[in-house]
Parts: sequence; C-alpha cells; structure tokens
Amino acid sequence: MKRFLETINVRELLQPLAQMILFSLGSGAVLSVIVILLALLLDQTAAGQFLLERNKVTILTYTLVNLPQVVLDGLTIGFVYAAIALGYTMVYGVLEFINFAHSEIFAVGAFVGVEFLILLKSFEIIPATSLFMSYLWLIAAILAAMFVAGLLAVSVERIAYRPLRGAPRLVPLISAIGVSFFLQDAIRLIESLTTGQFHRIIPSFGNFDERLVFSKIALGASTIELGIQVKSIIVIVAAMLMLIGLNYLVNATKVGRAIRAVAQDRSTASLMGIDVNRIISLTFLIGGTLGGAAGVLYALKFTRIDPFVGFFPGLKAFTAAVLGGIGNLTGALLGGIVLGMLETFAGAYMSAFTMGAAGAEYKDIFAFSILILVLIFRPHGLMGENVTQKA
Amino acid sequence: MSKTILKLDNVHSYYGRIHALKGISIEVNEGEIVTLIGANGAGKSTTLRTISGLIHPRQGSVTFEGQDISHTEPHLIVQRGLGHVPEGRGIFPKLTVRENLELGAFNLNDKAEMEHRIEQAFSLFPRLKERVTQKGGTLSGGEQQMLATARGMMLKPRVLMLDEPSMGLAPVLVELIFDIIKTMNEQGTTILLVEQNALMALSIAHRGYVLQTGQVVISDTAENLKKNETVQHAYLGVE
Ligand SMILES: Nc1ncnc2c1ncn2[C@@H]1O[C@H](COP(=O)(O)OP(=O)(O)OP(=O)(O)O)[C@@H](O)[C@H]1O
Ligand SMILES: [Mg+2]
Repeated sequence: MKRFLETINVRELLQPLAQMILFSLGSGAVLSVIVILLALLLDQTAAGQFLLERNKVTILTYTLVNLPQVVLDGLTIGFVYAAIALGYTMVYGVLEFINFAHSEIFAVGAFVGVEFLILLKSFEIIPATSLFMSYLWLIAAILAAMFVAGLLAVSVERIAYRPLRGAPRLVPLISAIGVSFFLQDAIRLIESLTTGQFHRIIPSFGNFDERLVFSKIALGASTIELGIQVKSIIVIVAAMLMLIGLNYLVNATKVGRAIRAVAQDRSTASLMGIDVNRIISLTFLIGGTLGGAAGVLYALKFTRIDPFVGFFPGLKAFTAAVLGGIGNLTGALLGGIVLGMLETFAGAYMSAFTMGAAGAEYKDIFAFSILILVLIFRPHGLMGENVTQKA
Repeated sequence: MSKTILKLDNVHSYYGRIHALKGISIEVNEGEIVTLIGANGAGKSTTLRTISGLIHPRQGSVTFEGQDISHTEPHLIVQRGLGHVPEGRGIFPKLTVRENLELGAFNLNDKAEMEHRIEQAFSLFPRLKERVTQKGGTLSGGEQQMLATARGMMLKPRVLMLDEPSMGLAPVLVELIFDIIKTMNEQGTTILLVEQNALMALSIAHRGYVLQTGQVVISDTAENLKKNETVQHAYLGVE
C-alpha cells in the first residue's frame, strides 16, 4: 500500500482540486460583487420601486438572499460545461481541429444513460430499491454512457476524420458538421423506431430529487429556502472526479506524456516510438467518455432530453473551451465554470434588474458577449498561450 | 567486410509534386559512421526522413537489418532500433528536460534502466542536469541541441541518424558532440550523420556520400573524400 502511494503524484491530484475551488470561489465572488453593486445602484431607481411593490423586498435583499443558490446552480451547470469542454479542448490540442460532432456524442451519452435507467424501471428494478443500489445503478448508467460515447467518438474519428487528415483544415470541419447532423437524426430514428417518441424523461429514483435545506430566510411575504438538490451535488462531485482523473492521466502518467508530445509535435513524437494514431484515438476516447458522462449528468439535472439536447450545451461548452483558451485543459475548466456562473447569474437577476423587460431567456446574450469581449482583448482565451509558441 | 545493416536502393521520394530524392542508393555497414554531405536542399534531411518512415518512398526500397521498412510506420521503425534525431532538434517545448529525455526511450518500461540512461545523459551533458525541470522551449538553442542528441541516445539504438547535431553549438561544444558520437560508435552504435560541417564529419566518418539535387554524385571513404578536389572545393572551403 505504501509502495503504491509513493507512486502516486499527489501534487497532480491536489492541484486541479485547488484550481477548481479557486475558479469557483473566484468567479462566484466577482459576479456577486457585481450584482450587489448593481443592486445598490438600482435600489434607488424605478426598478427598485417595482420590485418593492410587487414582492415587498428591496433589490438588495432580493439579490443577497438568492445569491448562495445562484452560485450553487451556476457551479452545477459550470461543471457540466467544463466536462464537455474538455472533449473539445483535448481534440483541439492534439489535432488543432474542432470536433463539432462532440455535442452529439454528449447527446448519445445522455440517451444511453436515460434509456438504461428507463429499462431498469420497466423491469421494476428502480425506483423500488435501496439508496445504495440507486447510486450503483446511476453509476452503471453513467459507465454505460461513457462506454458507448467513447467508442462512438473513436469510430467517428476513424471513419470521418482520419481519412481527411492531410486535407485542408476546412475539410474535416465540414465532415464534423455532417457527422453531427447524422448523429442527431440517427438518435431520432432509433428512438422513434424503438420507443415511438424521442423526448425521454429520466426516471425519478433514489434521493436525487430531494433538496437538502440549509436554512430558511424570510423574504417579504414569502420565505426562501436555501438549499441544494442532491442531484446537483452528484453532478458537481462526479464532474470534479472526472476532471481530476483526466488531469492526472494527462500530467502524471506515461500515456499522458505521449498525449502531450503528440499535441506539441506529431512527427517528432512518432520518432520517439509513439504510435501517433493510437494516441489520437485515445484522445477521442477520453473526450467521448467525458462527454457521454456529462450527458447523463445533464439529463439527471434537467430531466428531459431530446435528440437535439446536445446543441446548446455543446455550443456553450465550446464557448467555454475558447473562453479558457482552446487546447488548454485548465482553461476548459475555468471557461466552463465562468460561463456556467455567468449565465446563471444573468438568468437569475436580469428579470429583477430590468423590471421584467429582459427575462432569463436572454441570459445567453451575456455568455456570448463576454466571449466576444474576451476574444477581442485576449484572442487566445483566458489561459491560452500565444499560438506562435507552438513549435 | 562487415554486414550491411541499412540499405537504400534506388529511392525516390516526393513532397507532393516536388521530386526530392531521385534514385538514392546508400549502404551503411554495421559499426560504421557514414556521413551525408551536400549543399542546402540537396536532399540530406529527406533521405533521413525517408529512412525513418516520416515519408514513404514512391519507388525503391529501404531495408533495415534485412527487412523492408519502406512502408513501415515511424514508431515501429524506432521500436526496431533505428533512431533519428531530426533537423531543427524537435524538442517538445512544453515538456521538461527530463520528460523530453524519458520520451527518448518511450518504449522502455524498466524504471531502473531508465534512470541509468538518464544519469548517463547527464554525465555527458552536465548542463542538462542543471536544467532538468526547465521546459524544453526555454532552453537556449545550443542546450536544445544537446538535449536532442542526448534524447536520441536514450533509445540505445542500433543505428542512430543525426541531422546536423552541431548546429548552433559553440566550437568547444561541437568538439564535444563529435567526441560523443565517436565514443558511441566505438561502443557499437552505427551512425548515419548529416552535417553542414563537412570537415568535422569526414574526420570522424569511415565513409561518405555526396548528395546533389536528390542524387548521390560521389561515394567514397572519408579519407578519399577529404582529398577529392570537387569535395574540397564545394564543401570544405578549400580554394
Ligand atoms: N516539407 C516540404 N515540402 C516541400 N518541399 C520540401 C519539404 N521539405 C523539403 N523540401 C524540398 O526538398 C528538397 C530537399 O530538402 P532537404 O530538407 O532534404 O534538404 P537538405 O539537404 O537537408 O538541406 P539543408 O542542408 O538545408 O538542411 C529541397 O528542395 C526542399 O525545398
Ligand atoms: Mg536538412
């Protein structure tokens, strides 16, 4: 045991954990300060009056009371984005190619996980089972999704990208978009043939829908419960474990060193005796498994999925990857958390701050405006390095 | 006469439509140092790239230890014991010196042996030891060249191909590199050396080939090449 522990690079385990906590607290704190300042300003204006009359609270109180909840929700979705973003960034890092089909790999993962659970339900295995077994079944669903999504991602690379490797850069990109549509329709076809419908709802089981309440706060006439859903905790913990695992694999193992070598200089990597094609497949496998797992987590959190479920999370995760600096693993983590937080903050407060004029449905404007701003001032993203540094 | 370990027979290589090698035939015998000399663009690096599988010949064959490797993938050729230190060093800029060295023996799983080889590299190039945790991309040009050579030796290949190993090195270090190559050869490694510094190359080589626009124009022993007027004129700077 001691021998085994000695071979573990503890630093590479703790560092991403520290980074995640730092990014979460950091983006939470920055955004909190911003909304509190805004609330202080708006308290004196018509927006403040409006809210006071309607809900009997000042904007400041409203903002403060909701804050912890918003941060937790932002984190949950942020970690989902980060897990998807890693798939984009891994592939980009190694091939300098944006795998637009990744969002559908995510969708396939979601469907595999959900169908697996629906199947369990049809055999009456869930929900009537112990809490422990519920967790095991959930893990099984995630593993099944990882397996299928991973294999699918590897096959897509073999069939649709590898033959195009010498072609101009636009060509595999178009191929990826084609694969993306193909997979969407394939899901739709399979679902309608086998189940007659393509909106699927994840079965409710275990204690995942329960809410752990920390405290209750009186807010004007109503009371607000401060708490977190069990499934949100699961999403965050699962995503964190995956991110730490990936970081460890890439930075502290031999195969990870090969991945980094291939990313930096493919032909020299082959002169080291590294099978470059195997490493590229592996990259797709890792990205695909993470994406598949993220799909199940997403379904767990948002309950309902359809064949197009990958589109928005995929786009957001891609944005997150670019925001953080595409090709950079830590960047994907940061980008995911920042983007998740940002849109949740926007969704939670825009309505109150604008007297209901711009509701939560406009939250995406924020996410994408920030992306544009970041790219104008930092073209390589928050953590990206200068492309010219690539030897 | 020792036996041929590496042989190119009428090799033609292309970059797209550019016909870079026009029927190269070269033989390297076990235990030799063979050097390729020639002007810029003559096809020296392309010859090495064709041998190591980075590009595949469109015509002709490359044989290593009696087996045709013309269409073998580079990583498999390396695994057979044919190493290649490429032109421009090919240091991984974001990996540390140590990680770069470890990659040199990527398929070696014996940890003790790995440590042993790294120690050997450090004893040859103490400068690298001082910089063990530094990122490859932050090394000076000369240090990167040392790292590239040291990394090539990590493989303990049967044949090592070196593409301009003295590039960017101060004169003392050029001497050092050539001494190291010579020692390696005496310890049993066959060497195929490409050098700008033709005089130095010929002083340690047994035989040499002169390349010109993708063809072998002269092939002889190093002794004779040094005395050859054309060679003296074109590559040794003798008036
Ligand atoms: N990647 C490439 N694409 C197209 N043409 C190339 C490429 N690499 C080399 N060439 C061409 O092939 C020919 C041989 O090049 P090579 O690099 O083998 O020359 P060399 O003898 O190593 O020269 P140097 O001494 O300058 O290193 C040159 O005419 C060069 O322009
Ligand atoms: Mg050259």
